[in-house]
Amino acid sequence: MDPVLKVTDLSKSFSRAGKKDFFAVDHVSFALMSGEILGIVGESGSGKSTIAKLITRLIDATGGKIEIEGQDITGLKGREMIPVYGKVQMVFQTPKGSFDPRRTLGDGICESLRNQGVPKAEREAKARALLEQCGLPGEFLERYPHQVSGGQCQRAAIARALMCDPKILILDEATSSLDVTVQKQIMELLQELQQKKELAYLFICHNLALVQQFCDRVIVLWDGKIVEQGLPDDVILRPKSEYAKRLVEAVF
Amino acid sequence: MNRPVTVRVQKVKKNRIRTRLFFFLFLAVILVLVSFFADQIVPYDPYAQDLGLSRQPPSPAHFMGTDQYGRDVFSRVVVGAKASVFSTLVLVCVTSVFGTVTGTLCGYFGREIDSVVMRISDVCLAFPGLVFALAIAALLGGGMSNAVIALAVISWPKYARVARGQTLALKNSDFVAAAKLAGDNSAQMILRHILPNILGPILVTAMLDIGTMMMELAGLSFLGLGAQPPVAEWGNMMSGGRSMLQTYPWLVLSPGVAIFLTVVTFNLLGDTVRDYMDPKNSGS
Repeated sequence: MDPVLKVTDLSKSFSRAGKKDFFAVDHVSFALMSGEILGIVGESGSGKSTIAKLITRLIDATGGKIEIEGQDITGLKGREMIPVYGKVQMVFQTPKGSFDPRRTLGDGICESLRNQGVPKAEREAKARALLEQCGLPGEFLERYPHQVSGGQCQRAAIARALMCDPKILILDEATSSLDVTVQKQIMELLQELQQKKELAYLFICHNLALVQQFCDRVIVLWDGKIVEQGLPDDVILRPKSEYAKRLVEAVF
Repeated sequence: MNRPVTVRVQKVKKNRIRTRLFFFLFLAVILVLVSFFADQIVPYDPYAQDLGLSRQPPSPAHFMGTDQYGRDVFSRVVVGAKASVFSTLVLVCVTSVFGTVTGTLCGYFGREIDSVVMRISDVCLAFPGLVFALAIAALLGGGMSNAVIALAVISWPKYARVARGQTLALKNSDFVAAAKLAGDNSAQMILRHILPNILGPILVTAMLDIGTMMMELAGLSFLGLGAQPPVAEWGNMMSGGRSMLQTYPWLVLSPGVAIFLTVVTFNLLGDTVRDYMDPKNSGS
C-alpha cells in the first residue's frame, strides 16, 4: 500500500548567535499509510507539535521533504496549498482557541467549503449532518465558542476538519485539554469516524495509555529525533531505547 | 453562595455602565448635531460686524456678549463647533482607519514592509507630538485642513502600534491556523478574522483620542496655524480675545467653556466605551 503521507529527513532548525543551530525537528522520516493510526509520543518540547505544523505548512521546514499522496508539498506557496488542505486537516489542542470568538461554530465549520464556493444551503446541510455524526445537535451551528463546553467545541472542531473530506487528520493533542470522561467519548468518536471514512490519523499525544489503546504504530520522539518506533505494545512494554524506557517508567 | 452575588453585582455594574454610555453618547450626538446644523441654529450672522455694538457684555439679546467687531459670540461659538467637532471627527476617523490598516498589514505580513513602516512610525513618535505638528502645520501654511493633516501625521502611529500588536498576537492563535487550513487567503483572513477581533481596542483608542485631538486642533488654531480669521473656530476665538481677558472675559471664556465641555464629554464617552468593552465588566 502506498503511504498517504511520507516525510523524509524533515528538519526545522533555528539559528542561534554564536552557537550551533538548534534543531526543533531533526531529520525525522516516517510514513503514514492509508487508514492507519500513527501515534507520536514524547515529552513537551520534543518537537511533536512542530511536526504537525510543518506538515500543514503553518511553518516552513528548513530541510527535508513532505509528500502527500506522492505530491511534494514542501515548497508550495499560498494558493497552491489550498487543494492540499482538502486532503490534510488538523484538530487543535485547545478546542475553544481554534474557533474565532466572534463567529459562530457554523461559520468556522463551513469556512473551507465557503472558500471553495459551495452554495450556502449545501454547505450548511453538510455541516449539520457532520455535526450530528460527531454527536452534536444541528443547532450548535448557531452557537458561539464561548457558549459551548470544551468537549462540545472539540466535536465541532472534528466536524470542521472533516468538512472537506480529508484523507489525513492530524490530531495535535486533541484530547489533552479535556477531562477523562470526555476524552474517552472523543476517542470513541474518532475511532468510529476513522473506520467509517477510512481516515489516516497522525495522533500526537503524550498519554501513553491512550496511544497503546488507539494506535497501530507509534513513534517516540525525543529532542527532535525519532528514538524508537514500532507497534505500541512493543514500544511501551518492551522499550529498547534509553529514553523510551524512562518515558514508560515515568508513567507506569 | 458566593457566585450569584458576584454575578448580580456584575450585572448592576454593567447596567450602570450602559446608562452612563447612553448618557454620554446622547451628549456627544447633540454636539455632533449642533456642529452639523450650526448654520441653521445661530440667532445672528456670526460674521456680521456692527462696531456700534462692540464688546457688549452678556445680555438677553447676546447672551455670550459680542466681540470687538460687534459679532455675536454665541453665534460664533455655535459655528465654531462646526470647525472644531467636525474637523476632529474627520481627523480621528482618517487617522484611525489609516493607522489600523497599516498596522494590521505590518503585523500580518511582517518582514520588510513591517520594518520600514514601523521605523517611519518611530520617527513620527520620536518628536514631541505637538511640536512636530506645529512644524508640519507651519511648513504647509495655515488653514484648518493643513492643521488636520499635521495632526494626522503625528497621530496615526498610535493606531498602527495597537493594530500591529493585536495582529501579531492573533496571528499565532489556533483559530487563525484553522482558517488557514480552511483555505483562507490573506485578504479573507484579515477581513474575517483579524479585523473584527482587534476592532475593540482600536475603537477605544479612537474614542479617547477625540478629546485630545480637539484640544490640539484648537491649540494649533490658537497659535495661528489652524483656522484663519475671520473663520470662527474656538481656538482662534480665544486667541483673538486673549489680550482682553481681564476686561472682556466673555470673549475668551465662551469658546473656552465650549472646548472644555466638548472635550470632557468625548473623554468621558471614551472612558465609558472602554469600561463597556472591558470583558471584566461583562455580566453575562
